[in-house]
Amino acid sequence: MKNTALSSKHISLGAKMVPFAGYNMPVSYSGLNEEHLTVRTAVGVFDVSHMGEFILKGKHALDLIQRVTSNDASVLTDGKVQYSCLPNDKGGIVDDLLVYRIDSETYLLVVNASNIEKDWNWISDHNSLDVEMKNISEATSLLAIQGPYALATLQKLTDVKLSDMPYYTFKKGVFNGVENVIISNTGYTGAGGFELYFPNEVAEKMWDAIFEAGKEYGIKPIGLGARDTLRLEMGFCLYGNDIDDSTSPIEAGLGWITKFSKEFTNSKKFLEQKEKGVLKKLIGFEMIDRGIPRHDYEIVNAEGKIIGKVTSGTQSPSLQKGIGMGYVPVSSSKADSEIYIRIRDKNLKAKVVKTPFLKNA
Amino acid sequence: MNFPENLKYTKDHEWVRVEGNIAIIGITDFAQGELGDIVYVEIETQGEDLKHEEVFGTVEAVKTVSDLFMPVSGKVLEVNPKLVSNPEGVNKDPYGNGWMIRVEMSNPSEVKNLMTVADYKALIGH
Repeated sequence: MKNTALSSKHISLGAKMVPFAGYNMPVSYSGLNEEHLTVRTAVGVFDVSHMGEFILKGKHALDLIQRVTSNDASVLTDGKVQYSCLPNDKGGIVDDLLVYRIDSETYLLVVNASNIEKDWNWISDHNSLDVEMKNISEATSLLAIQGPYALATLQKLTDVKLSDMPYYTFKKGVFNGVENVIISNTGYTGAGGFELYFPNEVAEKMWDAIFEAGKEYGIKPIGLGARDTLRLEMGFCLYGNDIDDSTSPIEAGLGWITKFSKEFTNSKKFLEQKEKGVLKKLIGFEMIDRGIPRHDYEIVNAEGKIIGKVTSGTQSPSLQKGIGMGYVPVSSSKADSEIYIRIRDKNLKAKVVKTPFLKNA
Repeated sequence: MNFPENLKYTKDHEWVRVEGNIAIIGITDFAQGELGDIVYVEIETQGEDLKHEEVFGTVEAVKTVSDLFMPVSGKVLEVNPKLVSNPEGVNKDPYGNGWMIRVEMSNPSEVKNLMTVADYKALIGH
């Protein structure tokens, strides 16, 4: 099992460690609910160095990205970030990812840890135009600093004016004395904040400086457990749960990152789905009866017939009720539709809701 | 972590306090820590006669769900009424406010099969 540059730091802080995507990762420190609420109300730090980073460089870098991703990367300018996905040729998704335009011939792709090898092979197989590809995942550390006090915390450590940076933009700059840190106004929590990319060698120094800067705001380390409940309250998809090799971006509600202004892997099929409609859709639901939906639980209709499966579910720490996502037939996918979740041999009532579950996060 | 000397333990991480033919049952400090924040405890077996190792309820944490097993055979006389409004009591005070059920043992000799605190600590590598 691999360690991040900060694994020993997490252990010394008393984190509960779990294997995740081949890495020894912190799942919680002080407790999931407390960590979750820290991010919603103050500021928290996630070590997400297990994520993968690829650099694509050359005259045809954009052509390759346009070919393999579903969103239209030609609209990016230097310093912009885009959420996108890599469709496969069977109608599903290889992975979801972020595309950073560093300059017109240099892009950074950020992919899920569990898919690094699969994505690398997939993009390489489509690289017919000799784009230079570099996998910098193992040498790169990534910290997500999230919450309403993330900006105030980080501003102490850089001259880059963070409040001038719009959502989904980034700057390369000096941070805590380290040059060329990628400071990115992105995150997976809906709480606001930044993500920082830098070499492993400076990881401990960065971690310590950020915690010192955030002390007055009650900064805390946050584990993967709270990362999952935070993203789920926003209705953000998790690859492997809500989207995978068999789900289409149109079914998953990712039509907004599926652009037909260009041709890409399987774009014809997705265009057809968009025009003719799909049979099932990814929905969000809230429990009405008391119960906690979990991954793989069955979704049934009022007659008790199985109509789908829960892809993600949890007790929402902010809303104090069970929330989840899952695929159901389009006929049951409208907001306020009554559905039931089968929990330990009981069909418990739930209703379809629009995501995000947490409004005004 | 705290493991009182006067209790008996099981490999499924329940504790048992024996008072004559009555057994008071909950989950250990180790178990509550592993589960994380407990959201609710569902026990619908009050009044039932259950055998050793049968499921008497379920505990739901934010991330996981886990069955609760009878350490001994007997009739479930009472479920801790505080668990409904205060499930986090299991996290905060697993041997006190977080107790779960009171059982009238049908075969008190089963108690000798339960683990001592030393055996239990060895099991969890504490």
